[in-house]
Amino acid sequence: MEIIFFYLVALVAVVSGFLVIRCQSPVNSALGLVNTFFCLAIFYVMLHAPFMAAVQVMVYAGAIMVLILFVIMLLNLGTEARKRYTHGIVWSSLASLLVLFNVIYFIKRGRVTGAEGDITTFMVESVGHTELIGKAMFTEFLLPFEIASVLLLVAIVGAVVLAKKQV
Amino acid sequence: MISVYHYMSVAAILFAMGTYGVLTRRNAIVIFMCIELMLNSVNLTFIALSRHLQSMDGQIFVFFVMTVAAAEAAVGLALMITFYRNRDSIDVDDMNLLKL
Repeated sequence: MEIIFFYLVALVAVVSGFLVIRCQSPVNSALGLVNTFFCLAIFYVMLHAPFMAAVQVMVYAGAIMVLILFVIMLLNLGTEARKRYTHGIVWSSLASLLVLFNVIYFIKRGRVTGAEGDITTFMVESVGHTELIGKAMFTEFLLPFEIASVLLLVAIVGAVVLAKKQV
Repeated sequence: MISVYHYMSVAAILFAMGTYGVLTRRNAIVIFMCIELMLNSVNLTFIALSRHLQSMDGQIFVFFVMTVAAAEAAVGLALMITFYRNRDSIDVDDMNLLKL
């Protein structure tokens, strides 16, 4: 039952991703991308990571996609005009297929091994995913967390400076 | 039973599709969305592997990838607005100031 659900969600994710790269109108691409984000959020729930699913829906499907749609609306972008230059569709297909086959080959080649931690599924369900994330983030990863806040500040200032007419 | 390989295969397909989109599309915003697609497929790999190895580190990494993606969205879209103001177009073929 679960595997059927998985294949269903994977199919929807891949078809929506296909819409992102093939739709002529940027708005349709954006809607396809929102669909993909929701499918990935479902995957995160299936992987016992509900907090990441919530963050995925709020940050990606909420904030970032609203920003992108806002810019599409602001620039009044319609359907793409006729092709002025031919881009190497053949070479691009070859490059992406090469990427795909490489990754699939490495996935099929061996088993995933590594240092196993002590966060079992039972522990995630009994303690709570958010609490575990918070503990890891504010003890072990405190310095990267602070650096990320500086990065966001730089992004805010940079966006304001770039979008202003006169600085 | 769903294994980690299933999730990684889906992530690989999404990543390859994002690569194709970045290489073929001409609209800068669509290219940007394809980059977001690739970032998300990597996030899926991170979470699947962190669950497989029973560790929390991969999910913290996803958190930072999301932070960087948000910063990238803000700065990248501001760049596109500036470019549109100067050239009246958002086509990457028009971004040729550095071309000989």
